Amino acid sequence: MESGKPKNSEGILARREKKLAFLLLSPTFLLVVGIVLFPLFANFWISFKPISLADLRPPTILVKERIKGKLEQPGEIIRIEYRYRNSSMKYPLADVVFEDKLPKSVEVLDISQNCSVEELSDAKIFKCVLGNIAPKGRGKITLNIFAEVPLKKGNFSLSDIQSDFKTTNVLTSFEFTVKNYLKVFSASEFIEVLKITIYYTFFGTAGALILGLFAAQIMQKAFLGRAFVRGILLFPYVAPVIAVAFSWVILFDPFSGPVNAMLIELGISEKSINFFGKRITSFSFFGLEINFPVALSMVILFEIWRYFPLSFLFILARMQSIPSDLYEAAEMDGATPFQQFWFLSIPHIIGILAVLFLLRFIWTFNKFDDIFLLTGGNAGTRTLTVNVYEQAFAISNLGAGAAVAVVIFMFLLIFSIIFIKFTPRDEG
Amino acid sequence: MAIWRSGVFGGLLAGAIWSTLWYTLSCVALIVGSGSSINLEIGPALITGMLIGLLNVMYKPINVKIYFIVGTLFTLFLLILCSFGQPFGSQLPINDWHTMISTLIVSALIFYSIYCTVGSLTAGLLTRYFAEAFYTRLIWGLGLIFFILIVTIPFYVMIMTSFKNQRSLLKNPLDLSIDFSAGPEKLFNSYIELFVKYDFLTLLLNSAFVSVVTVLITLLFSIPGAYAVAKLRFPAREWLSSSVLLIYLIPAIILVIPLYSVFSQLGLRNTLFGLCIVYPATTIPVALYMLRGYFAGLPSELDDAGLMDGLTRWQIIIKISIPLAIPAIASVALYVFMIAWNEFLFAFMFLDDIKIFTLSRGIVSLDSTEVPRQHLMAASVVATVPVLFIFLWFEKFLVSGLTSGSVKG
Repeated sequence: MESGKPKNSEGILARREKKLAFLLLSPTFLLVVGIVLFPLFANFWISFKPISLADLRPPTILVKERIKGKLEQPGEIIRIEYRYRNSSMKYPLADVVFEDKLPKSVEVLDISQNCSVEELSDAKIFKCVLGNIAPKGRGKITLNIFAEVPLKKGNFSLSDIQSDFKTTNVLTSFEFTVKNYLKVFSASEFIEVLKITIYYTFFGTAGALILGLFAAQIMQKAFLGRAFVRGILLFPYVAPVIAVAFSWVILFDPFSGPVNAMLIELGISEKSINFFGKRITSFSFFGLEINFPVALSMVILFEIWRYFPLSFLFILARMQSIPSDLYEAAEMDGATPFQQFWFLSIPHIIGILAVLFLLRFIWTFNKFDDIFLLTGGNAGTRTLTVNVYEQAFAISNLGAGAAVAVVIFMFLLIFSIIFIKFTPRDEG
Repeated sequence: MAIWRSGVFGGLLAGAIWSTLWYTLSCVALIVGSGSSINLEIGPALITGMLIGLLNVMYKPINVKIYFIVGTLFTLFLLILCSFGQPFGSQLPINDWHTMISTLIVSALIFYSIYCTVGSLTAGLLTRYFAEAFYTRLIWGLGLIFFILIVTIPFYVMIMTSFKNQRSLLKNPLDLSIDFSAGPEKLFNSYIELFVKYDFLTLLLNSAFVSVVTVLITLLFSIPGAYAVAKLRFPAREWLSSSVLLIYLIPAIILVIPLYSVFSQLGLRNTLFGLCIVYPATTIPVALYMLRGYFAGLPSELDDAGLMDGLTRWQIIIKISIPLAIPAIASVALYVFMIAWNEFLFAFMFLDDIKIFTLSRGIVSLDSTEVPRQHLMAASVVATVPVLFIFLWFEKFLVSGLTSGSVKG
């Protein structure tokens, strides 16, 4: 910003530049508004609506046509029956009008009061005003016709039937409810879900960070094949989540998984453990009864395993930017390896550690795929994100799912504020 | 007296740890490789290791190569002696050449690890510096092995399982070796079945199509955007460049319900086109952020020179900035490709029609009781190989790109 100049002296070049900047940014802006910001607000909207998955198919009128009589015989009276029905169980249809195209040669004998026939150059249009139809409502219109010439079945095709109606689209109507929130907050497992989410997020983040720090320490030392090992260490992060999640599931399978078989083979465990299916195992430790959450710990381990490479990469990059003469000086002064780590490395990387912790915390909090693929949110591993899916798509209550998503968003807002406040300026 | 600082203690400790570790690992490897059962008897290895540790503390070699060969043979001798000729239990007799080679390898590993860890350690009390250096070496070695193991084991199991058949998997889950005698047809049975019966070629092409289109759209949108944020002056510029990252923190799971609802009503849900507009929207903020950093690093004098020579801003972007930013653009492209290729949630929620499944979506549909799990693993390999291949090929690009801009999970 050029603060020195007075405002009104903004030249034509500057204005052109401003215009160009907006032009260049507009596609990005439109897409982000459409696919990210709009859904964010739509989510609030949906969370206050009594809407289920089935409501996404908008209500419509279904009309069936049935013909009685011999079409091929000229002069015969033919009876046409239209049966109609409101497809929705919940919502009425308003101002329903339907029309059908009849061959030109047909003469219409009797018309009920709300129907009419319109002559066109090549056909006749039979039109009926049905008015309002209640949910699940149905009805029938009959019509007698007569023709001098033989008719064909093809003259009465269903595609000729057109209908027009107004209905309340649940998504855009102004029908609101707070039931979704009441349902979400009053559910007995909500506190449980919250607790699991916090456990998962905290231990997943901290574990990945510590493991990443450890890996970075190890990889900082030069050795034969270091570049190769560094490439391998990034595999868990780079591979598709679906592939690694399923290989973990098979690795720890209770019936024929290698890990269980190995534990039994080596005599460490007596019977196979259902790692991803067992909620809690109790054991006593010096007389203390401890309930250990098995599946949750496994899911956390997976999270740590999959994301430590990222922390590792960032910490390593930061450590390699520490000038090596600092270490040489420390060595000269007789600092031991642990002292060098503690008093030299840590102060240099503490900034990136803090940023990583906050960012990873938010991302772990947001994580859905991993848990969903490993346990489906069963056995005490249902986090908030899995709960969104569970409510919206497993129980088919979109509104409740959106309400949980709003809860997530609120948490994120808090985290983001913390993030912005505490991020050191130089480390983004 | 601080026992942990005594050199003898260090030698014994290093010997005990390394011998136990290598011996256990080789037992596991033998079980997995041969399918036979072995009783884990750590005792002999432990004694051998401690003796070797002690030896390394007491004796410092002059010729390292000869010392290594002699030491390995000595370890082998000790190991066989301590276990009364059966280092891997009675099931695997020592006169079998498999066992002999395994024992030799274990001996070499034990000896070499102990030798490297002990290093310049001498008997008697060590100074704090040397004691810590010793423990650092020990932890370093253990850590390296730990990381390599935890990272490779799931991939190893994935690949090996994909080459198995149902019967051998159920018979012995621990047999994770490849039976080359079965012939390629049987070996690649799962892969053949995936491509013939489950039409994985279509899935592969769908995934490739969606990923490439995502990359193209992302670049098309983010390059001009990043240039604008980096080089042009306009109000709200500072605000924009910092808020871009906040968008990045919004998870897909919050967006999925509204997008699902709206896309259902617009008829966009069950289409690849729908994915091709959702994916770029999630990747553009990051791409913009990464590229912005790079563009900002390019000297503005170049742009000014271009303007002086009568180029328009568009021409400057195309003729000057983009050619200079090729490394950054490449890393963004690869990164976005990886995200799109690996994406699961939207593909899972949006796609119903098997003809337009992406790989992620297709693999989830394989996860049922009717489909044998070696197929599932073969499918996982099919999904993993392209992305790992690309990653290894362009690792340098990716690593610098990742650390320069993003922290995506």
